Amino acid sequence: MFYRQAGVFHTDYASDSSLFPIRFERRAMWLILALALVAPYVLDSLVLVSYVQPWLIWTSAVLGLNLILGWAGQFHFGYAAIMGIGAYASVHATRNGVPWEFAIVLGGIAASVIGMVFAFAALRVKGLYLALSTLAMQFVMDWVISHVPAVSGGVSATLQSPPIKLLGQTITSEAGLYYIVLAWVVLVTLFMLNLRRSALGRAFIAVREKDFAAAVIGVQSFYYKLVAFAVSAFIGGVSGAILIFCFYRAITAEQFSIEVSIQLLAMTIIGGLGSIIGSFFGAAFILLLPGQINTLMTWIAQTFSLPIGPETLSHIPHVIYGAAIILVLLIEPMGLGKMYRNVRNYLMVWPYGYLRK
Amino acid sequence: MDLIYYLELAVNGAMGGLMYALVAMGIVLIYKSSSVPNLAQGALTMAAAYIVLAFSDALGIAPLLAIPLAALAMFLAGMLIERVALRRLAGWPIVMVLMMTLGLDIFIRAITLTFWGGSARTLQLGIPDTPLFIGPLLINRAYLVGAVVALVFFAIFRFFFRTRRGILLRAIADDYVASWSVGISVEHGVALSWALSSLTATAAGALWGSVQTVDQGLSLLLLKGLTVAVLGGLDSIGGAVLAGLLLGIVENILAGYLDPLLGGGTRELVVALVLILTIMIRPFGLFGKHDIERI
Repeated sequence: MFYRQAGVFHTDYASDSSLFPIRFERRAMWLILALALVAPYVLDSLVLVSYVQPWLIWTSAVLGLNLILGWAGQFHFGYAAIMGIGAYASVHATRNGVPWEFAIVLGGIAASVIGMVFAFAALRVKGLYLALSTLAMQFVMDWVISHVPAVSGGVSATLQSPPIKLLGQTITSEAGLYYIVLAWVVLVTLFMLNLRRSALGRAFIAVREKDFAAAVIGVQSFYYKLVAFAVSAFIGGVSGAILIFCFYRAITAEQFSIEVSIQLLAMTIIGGLGSIIGSFFGAAFILLLPGQINTLMTWIAQTFSLPIGPETLSHIPHVIYGAAIILVLLIEPMGLGKMYRNVRNYLMVWPYGYLRK
Repeated sequence: MDLIYYLELAVNGAMGGLMYALVAMGIVLIYKSSSVPNLAQGALTMAAAYIVLAFSDALGIAPLLAIPLAALAMFLAGMLIERVALRRLAGWPIVMVLMMTLGLDIFIRAITLTFWGGSARTLQLGIPDTPLFIGPLLINRAYLVGAVVALVFFAIFRFFFRTRRGILLRAIADDYVASWSVGISVEHGVALSWALSSLTATAAGALWGSVQTVDQGLSLLLLKGLTVAVLGGLDSIGGAVLAGLLLGIVENILAGYLDPLLGGGTRELVVALVLILTIMIRPFGLFGKHDIERI
């Protein structure tokens, strides 16, 4: 219906390989970008700071995880540790006088270098064993972060992040922080979109489908695994740094624990492996749904004066979180991104459903 | 820092390790029959401990007598989990299966805490607290009972895999397509393995619940169970027992040595390092089957 391909004729390669070949989608993207730009002046500041901003930051991290899990097909159960490394590196760098712009890139590079350690596990094993070894590495990283005083500033210490100074301007306003977050997520999204039509992305997909077969046709599978780990760790590291600088404003070891790794995985898989729009959906789903359900439950409990204790209520978001993962996997294992694609493919040829490929 | 101290650590570690092997056996049983790495085993163990307590509270009986009832409930719960959550995912990539078991882990933990609350509770199995003296060694009686139970479970499984139903399970583990084609009900076999692994979870939950307290901490046994399962080979029950012994001894001695040096919390670190080293050096474990991959 909306996604009409009728009348869209690609007469050259450039237009055929454009990011959004369908006119409706191209216009929708501009509209969404415009809405995102005016959001700080339209939305309530509470909604902006506590919903939109974390959603965008987590989305950028999920996109990074999607690069390694959905595109290169390598398991990464320690992504939160990678984000933590980026965050700690950049916080320490700014505290030692490095300008913020460089510090944040430094965080990404630090995450990238340590993230490549994970890649050496990928050299040796794959599949389940890679998942388990990265899981174990997350435990080791957690331990190192919380037990080495030079990193965490002491056992269970909290480090304040210095205010952001971008090009000499101190940024403290909500809108300013929001624009930094927005710029980063747009950058990552553009990178991921372009991955689809570049040799790098195709090499990742070849490695994902079968690394031996990829090696046979001349794609160096270990090299591309290493690149995938490094790039996704860079994205994760910078996202972690932005999470600290723009949202939490202080850093502790618990912010990057194993639970967060699992949460990121849940976002990626519920969003849909390899799906970019799915990453946005998945992050929103996991971040917002449990809280909303809990508000609903509290409201129900109060309205109908049900005897639900505060302790029970505090566990219900986790029940919902677990149930949501199970349900999405049962209904559509390829996630919300696939659901969106199904709707899109249906509307593309509506009302001539038999044309669907 | 004398020899006796380390010997004591080793003996108690070995028995604790056999109790880890109980958790690991559950993981191995499921992995053997359906190649599903069950990351919800820790949550199942925790839920089992809570269910034992719930039965003993509701019926006013001793926890020891509530264990058979809890075992029955867990047996059915295991089958239910397989039927509802895992059967539909057969044939999907392993990442979805892993995520499903992680989702189950979160769900089971949260639903248990929703019903019975997160405050730590004690579970008295009637094992005296006084240590047992063997020569100069102090031995924790609860660990001793746990080790014996683990060995009994191992013996039962050894026997079970020689019965008709056990041979069916072994056939499924060996090649499920071939089993299917000769008329073995693979679904029932996999459901049975989930039920059996829930039984071991009940034993593990009750024993660990009596050693520690019954709270969320029980689900952390997952990492130890996984490490033992991988070290022994993911499809070898005997391997799980031996690896449990090994990990228990190594963990206890290293933690006893490193804890004063590094300021505590090295137990998890040692376990994680053992897991990493195992996977890097010998991914198929001590007794696991080599996987040969075809293009």
